[in-house]
Amino acid sequence: MGLVPGLATGLGITFKEIIKTVVKGAETVQYPHEKEEPAPRARGVIALHEENCTSCMLCARECPDWCIYIEGHKELAPPRRAGGKPRSVNKLDRFDIDYSLCMYCGICVEVCPFEALFWSPEYEYSELKIADLLHDKTKLGKWMTTVPEFEAYEAGAEVKAKKVPALEKK
Amino acid sequence: MDPYLLDGVDFGDVVLSVAKAILAFVICLVATMFMVWFERKVVSRLQNRIGPNTSGPFGILQTLMDGIKLFFKEDNIPKEADPFVFRLAPYLSLIPAFLTFTLIPLGGDFNNGNDGAVTVFGRETFLQVADPPVGILFFLAMSSLGIYGIMLAGWASGSKYPLLGSVRASAQAISYEAALGLSLAAVVLVTGGLSMNSIVMQQAGEGFGGIIPNFNIIVTGFIPFAVFLIAGTAELNRPPFDLVEAEQELVGGFHTEYSGIRFALFFLAEFMNTVTMAAIIVTLFFGGPAGPAFLGSTLGWLTGMFWFLLKLLVFLFAFVWFRASLPRFRYDQLMSLGWKLLIPLSLGWLLVLAGIRVARNGDLGIADSAFGDTLIVIGVAFAILLIGMYVLRSAMTNARRDRLIAAGFNPREVN
Repeated sequence: MGLVPGLATGLGITFKEIIKTVVKGAETVQYPHEKEEPAPRARGVIALHEENCTSCMLCARECPDWCIYIEGHKELAPPRRAGGKPRSVNKLDRFDIDYSLCMYCGICVEVCPFEALFWSPEYEYSELKIADLLHDKTKLGKWMTTVPEFEAYEAGAEVKAKKVPALEKK
Repeated sequence: MDPYLLDGVDFGDVVLSVAKAILAFVICLVATMFMVWFERKVVSRLQNRIGPNTSGPFGILQTLMDGIKLFFKEDNIPKEADPFVFRLAPYLSLIPAFLTFTLIPLGGDFNNGNDGAVTVFGRETFLQVADPPVGILFFLAMSSLGIYGIMLAGWASGSKYPLLGSVRASAQAISYEAALGLSLAAVVLVTGGLSMNSIVMQQAGEGFGGIIPNFNIIVTGFIPFAVFLIAGTAELNRPPFDLVEAEQELVGGFHTEYSGIRFALFFLAEFMNTVTMAAIIVTLFFGGPAGPAFLGSTLGWLTGMFWFLLKLLVFLFAFVWFRASLPRFRYDQLMSLGWKLLIPLSLGWLLVLAGIRVARNGDLGIADSAFGDTLIVIGVAFAILLIGMYVLRSAMTNARRDRLIAAGFNPREVN
């Protein structure tokens, strides 16, 4: 007769739960009224630090959904040292991420060799029209303000934690 | 019989009857609405959630909102359905649910030998719509009739899942009604009457030592109560016995094809049945409106109502608690629990109770005193119960072995 003790155990578990809920309150976060704290390193939206981007196209090519659109041109920049030859740099004309296609895999952030892409935990950017989910480089740049500092790795780690570049005042 | 009906019926008596019926209907509807809200709220607490909280204070108007929504929904009758029976079934489900409620004594003062009658406009009456002398039989009849609503709904829908649901409903009703009736018989045996009022009156007196109440749960020895609670839950088709509308297997069970107001009627009937069944359990085994006798009746007839509502709430919570905790029975488990455990147990217990009663009256005359008789009867009865249980178990084991061997299993491996 394992029936009766089993019943008692089951009923006991739910009864403990109701006492916990009544005393401490439910775990539910009532979203529009109160916001949930996103987990550390949450993948909400991808932010672009435009100054670091060299339009190398690695992110666009690695993207499984082909949702990153990049156009750029070459420009002559002043030489690093006096008397040197002018440098040739790539300038971004267009850097768009289409969030209606993005699947938030984060490969673009990982492959970027110049630390131009960052994860931000912001998640409230839904739109009424699907076309509005295409974020251009100004909009992606604005997300940089919401990127949190990287958390330090645990003691003894060989890799140094990355730093989020400070925004230039314009 | 209600006292106001004893000396002829005049116009005032008719008005009183109608008024009581309307009042009971309103109480029943409000109680049902409350029960839907209570169930959702308590289940959410049991599962660490919040539950409905937007319509009205604490979401208490949620049921009303759902009802209004269902009223305005399209009322669809499938092409394959039998239109007349399809329309009839919800009412067959709802009306018995309410008719059972009319039997429940809702209040009144039962202490010091009072029969719970109150005086309304110069007429003495019970706080229950009707007190027919066949009270308990009427309850059994109505609870069986309610199953017809479910059965016909499934049959008339003209589709597979509802039909499966209704077949399950009828099989479940047949298996559990026997246990329900046998555990009721124990109560009737102790009371010596079928009317609800007499059952409550019998329980109102002082029990052992003046503190322990004389409730039937103690007088009949707990087993009939346990059987009735299980069989009653099965009769209600509530979890863990909700095979009739098992969502994972049968979509919505018997009400798959129902929408709009007809679905609302089924929903209402289901919760009305829950309230009524809780009230019946309270009345039969916990004295209904009769509180513990030594506490007296300080509030007059409201005392009865207070005790009744308190006990009712405990059982409503218990039903919700079962739903939140217990997984659904598999079909064969359902059948074996009903036929192999509940029916033999309640039948055996009824016989034991009957034997003990005969011995206590001193009609047996085996020993010198009635007490000695009782002891002998209890001893013999439990010996017979144990032997019977052993025989039943071994019969079941043998039958299982024969079945497995017939199905081609190796006789050596089967035991």
